[in-house]
Parts: sequence; structure tokens; C-alpha cells
Amino acid sequence: MNINLTLIGQAISFAIFVWFCVKYVWPPILNALEERETRIADGLAAAEKGQQDLANAAHKVEDILQEGRDRAQEFVVQSQKRAEEIIDQAKQAAIEEGDRALVAARGRIDQERNEARESLRSEVAVLALNGAEQILMREVDATAHREVLDKLVAEI
Amino acid sequence: MAASSPAEYISHHIQNLTFGERADGTWGFAQSAKEATDMGFMAVNVDTMFWSIATGLLFCWLFRKAAVSASVQTPGRWQSCVEMVLEMVNTSVKDAFVGNNALIGPLSLTIFAWVFLMNLMDLVPVDFIPQISHALGLPFMKMVSTTDVNATFGMSLSIFGLMIYYGIKIKGVGGFLGELAFHPFGKAFLPVNLALETVSLVAKPLSLSLRLFGNMFAGELVFVLIAALVPFYIQWLVAVPWAIFHILVITLQAYIFMMLTIVYLSQSHETHDSH
Repeated sequence: MNINLTLIGQAISFAIFVWFCVKYVWPPILNALEERETRIADGLAAAEKGQQDLANAAHKVEDILQEGRDRAQEFVVQSQKRAEEIIDQAKQAAIEEGDRALVAARGRIDQERNEARESLRSEVAVLALNGAEQILMREVDATAHREVLDKLVAEI
Repeated sequence: MAASSPAEYISHHIQNLTFGERADGTWGFAQSAKEATDMGFMAVNVDTMFWSIATGLLFCWLFRKAAVSASVQTPGRWQSCVEMVLEMVNTSVKDAFVGNNALIGPLSLTIFAWVFLMNLMDLVPVDFIPQISHALGLPFMKMVSTTDVNATFGMSLSIFGLMIYYGIKIKGVGGFLGELAFHPFGKAFLPVNLALETVSLVAKPLSLSLRLFGNMFAGELVFVLIAALVPFYIQWLVAVPWAIFHILVITLQAYIFMMLTIVYLSQSHETHDSH
């Protein structure tokens, strides 16, 4: 329990150990610790950013898909409309063509009827003349009775 | 060890190996407690110096090893272990120290690790090393440096010096003396203040070193008592629980020494009205 030179020796040793620690132990280890802390913080921040980016990308993909679906829907609707238009046009054209054919046929029928009527008229006039001649037992002068005959023809 | 009585055995175990000038004028190791006392101040406790420097070098080597290969990416086991200790010390400093001083961290780490290693020698069975050194012709051998007041005072007085140095450096001579003279009761009670503050200032290194010394000396003494008084075949029944409990004590004492150092030095950095 004696106080002696050991006291001073211990103080000197203590000072040397502290100096060693200040110079060669503390800074490298603390630097490593602090740098690791920064790196971990950076890594976590990067991971969070990556996740955010991923979420954004997923959102964008969803948007693009939706747009594609909308456009496809639009195409379908448009093509249906166009098909209906084409069918309508075709129908219209068919009806017009039919009408035109009908009109032409009617014209031709009328014409043929008139022609038939004309020929019948002439034949009837001849038959009437022949009948009258037989009735009168004499020849009827067609020229003399032209007026009567024409009147007759008109009446038929 | 050829000790004839328990009392002799015990006193033998608490005596330092002291080197100095003997009564007959020759230099050598003191052969008895009285001879060691008679050597006075001009003597050295060789065992204290040896074990403290050995443990100090061990601390330097172990921690330097981790520092040299300190890796940011892949810390090894030893590096992680050292980092845990360093983090603990650094957190304590950050929590308890008000100023900004690059010395405090490494100082605290040195105190903690060195005191811990010196205390750790307490767990070596009390007769192992003394028997070996006795065979080598050394009369005494105390392994636990912190059971020598010289070791604890060596540290606490160094810290006391730092307290005064930083007190004067931060607050100026006037500020430092002003804190001593005018502090608790104002200028009217200057002598009372001076007496109170001086006592509290001087008590700091005293309590710091005596707390560590007292705890470690008592712990060591219990081990010696067990070895001296309990029959050898049931010694383990008492010594093992005490040793397990002592693991707590040595760590705690190292931690307390470190924390008080931080607090005392923090007070030296505090400006006047903060406490």
C-alpha cells in the first residue's frame, strides 16, 4: 500500500497507451464504422428509390395497356360501323338497280302493247271493211269512205 | 507456497513486488512488507508495472489488429467485437460529454479496455502466477494492477491534470478560479465557496481511484481468503460463484471509471451556469 515511483510509471504508461489509441486505434475503426453507416443509409435510400421506380413503371405499363385496350375497342366499333355502312350502300344500290330494271321493263311492255293495239286496229278496220262489203254485196270504195273508216278505227 | 498460517498466506498475497534501495544500501526486491515500506517513494512495484504494461500492450495489439484490417464491407468477428466496444464507448461519450474534444473518445476507450484487462487478471486463480514467480525467486507477485493504489492514482491524477488543463483552456484562468470562488453561494461567501469547491474538486480524483482500488482489492482479498481458509476440495463451491459475480464487477468498475472520467471532463468543458 505504499505510494512510490510506480505512480509516475503508471501515469506515463497511461499517457502512452492513450496516445497510441488516439493515433492508431480510434480513427481507423471509427472511420470504418461511420463509412459503413453512410453506405447502409445510401443503400437503403437506393432500394427505396428502386421500389418507387418499379411502382412508377408498373403504373405506366397499366396506363399503356389501358390505352391499347381502348384503341382496340375503338377499332372494333369503327369497323362495325363501316361494315353497316357498306351493307346499307349495297342494299341501296340493289334497290335502285331493281327500280331501274322495272321501269325499263314497263316501258317496253307499254311500247309492245301500243304496237299490238296499232296492228289490231288496222286489222279490225280491214275486217270491218270486209264484213261491210259482204253485207252490202258490193265493193266499198275505201277511198270514198275513208272518213268513215278512220272514224271507225278511232272508235275501236 | 510455504505459508505457515492463513494470516501469513494472506499478507503474502497482498504484498507487491517492490524494487528499491534496502536498509543495508544494496538495491533489490523487498523481502517483507516492512522492508517495502521502508524503501519510501524511490521504489517501484515491479509486478504492478509489468502486468499493467503487459495488459496495456495487449490492448494496443488487439485493437490495432482490428484497426489495421478495418473493413467497411466485410468486418470480421474480431473487428465486429472491437466495433461493439468502440460504439458503446462512443455512445457514452456522445450522451455524457457536452463539449467537442477529439481526445475524449480514445481516452475513454483506453480507460475502459485497459482497466477491464487489468481487472480481468483477478479471475486467474490466486496461486498460479505467484507459484511460478516464487519458483523463479521472486518473493511476491500481485497480478491485478488495479489492486495497487499507485496504478489507480496514476490514472486518476492524470485525469485530474486533464480536468484542470481543459478547465483553464476552455474557461480561462479567471473563469476556472471564478467557478471555484463564486460558485455555490455568490461573491459574499467567497471563503466558504472556495473551501467547498476545492474539496469537491479534489474529491473527484480521490473517489475515482479509491473506488476502483477498493472494489478490486476487496474482490482479490475474498479470493485470497477463500484460498486461505476453505479446504481445497470445496473451494470451488465458494470461489466459482464469486468469480462469476466478479465478471460483473470487473466490467462494471471499468465502465464506472470510464463514465466518471467522461462526466468530470465534461464538467471541465461546461460553461459557468450549466450545473
